[in-house]
Amino acid sequence: MCTTCGCGIGQTLIAGHALKQPRKPGKVMRYRVHEEGAVLAHPHTHQHGVLNGALDFGAGAAGTHAPGISQSRMVKIERDILAKNNDYAAENRDYFSTHGIFALNLVSSPGSGKTTLLVKTIAALHGALPIVVIEGDQQTDNDAARIRAAGAPALQINTGKGCHLDAYMVGQAMQQLPLQDKSLLLIENVGNLVCPASFDLGEAHKVVILSVTEGEDKPLKYPDMFRAADLMLLNKCDLLPYLEFDAGLAVDYARRINPALKVIRISASSGEGMTEWLDWVALGCRNAALRRTESPA
Amino acid sequence: MHEMSLAESVLQIIEDTARMQGYTRVKTVWLEIGQLACVEQESLRFCFDVVMCDSIAHQARLEITETAGQGRCAKCSIEMPIAALYEACPKCGSYEIHVIGGDEMRVKELEVE
Repeated sequence: MCTTCGCGIGQTLIAGHALKQPRKPGKVMRYRVHEEGAVLAHPHTHQHGVLNGALDFGAGAAGTHAPGISQSRMVKIERDILAKNNDYAAENRDYFSTHGIFALNLVSSPGSGKTTLLVKTIAALHGALPIVVIEGDQQTDNDAARIRAAGAPALQINTGKGCHLDAYMVGQAMQQLPLQDKSLLLIENVGNLVCPASFDLGEAHKVVILSVTEGEDKPLKYPDMFRAADLMLLNKCDLLPYLEFDAGLAVDYARRINPALKVIRISASSGEGMTEWLDWVALGCRNAALRRTESPA
Repeated sequence: MHEMSLAESVLQIIEDTARMQGYTRVKTVWLEIGQLACVEQESLRFCFDVVMCDSIAHQARLEITETAGQGRCAKCSIEMPIAALYEACPKCGSYEIHVIGGDEMRVKELEVE
């Protein structure tokens, strides 16, 4: 969705191509309309509906209007706002489980070292099991290029102005990736400690990465993300001697939000703590593969 | 700004229900948003107006009911109101508080014609 003008799904791109329209084909999008003759700062590939201020009773979703019946009535809905995303996430999760795929959703603020961590992880696990990566960024496919150079197939999702990946985008990306049975899928979310917390992608775990060059109180400032995660990687620990960062306090704060949070201290560049992280990943992959073998399908 | 996506999801729910229930205009939308849900209400109101524009919920009134955060201490089992995720148990001081309410985001009801 284009959050500049509020129209359509606008700028989301998967490997440079527009995201497939999740709505019914031929259906007019109903969002804010650009002013006549307005100069658009970004390209639009979809149609806009025409807003003329008139109430068109025949243009409603039901496509009809019974004359004389205009009495208001109440409709009970009781539906979770994220239900649609959760439905897509459930489909993804089902696919992962049937095919023994261990999927991780990596979340953090920008610059915490997610991509370096992925590159090192791929290098360490290369040959041990098939790894595929989905990269989420607002713009560029730099990260996907880094991952491909490290030896794993990667697909870039550009969210345009969007601030998070959602389950539908991941589902679309999955169809374009060579996903093998009993493999590891690493999803690097958009660098953002707020929005990705709410959107289930169907992953087995959210892994939050906090680097020691940030503040210790980030877990308190952005509690939703630390609550949604199952594992926290405290990254760039090789820099601790040069910083006034209290690692113990950061872990304390994170566990105030989420007492069950597992924490591993690592440095993706020096290799410190990487064995524990790789063991955790390998165990998850084994369990996912085992569950697939045990399932009747 | 994921409130834009949330507003978009609200419209989808409204349109899906319209197909089943046969209404053509939505006058009021009632949402239930928990105090602990990851939503900025003002931002959601802004996005709601933008997204509903030219839909069957064009110019619909948005009513948000905020539900209070509720937690249960895993150590001493008491239940308490909580306003933030990092609050300690007032009885035993433990931070092991499980959220048992106030993190929901739901479309409750619509006034339609």
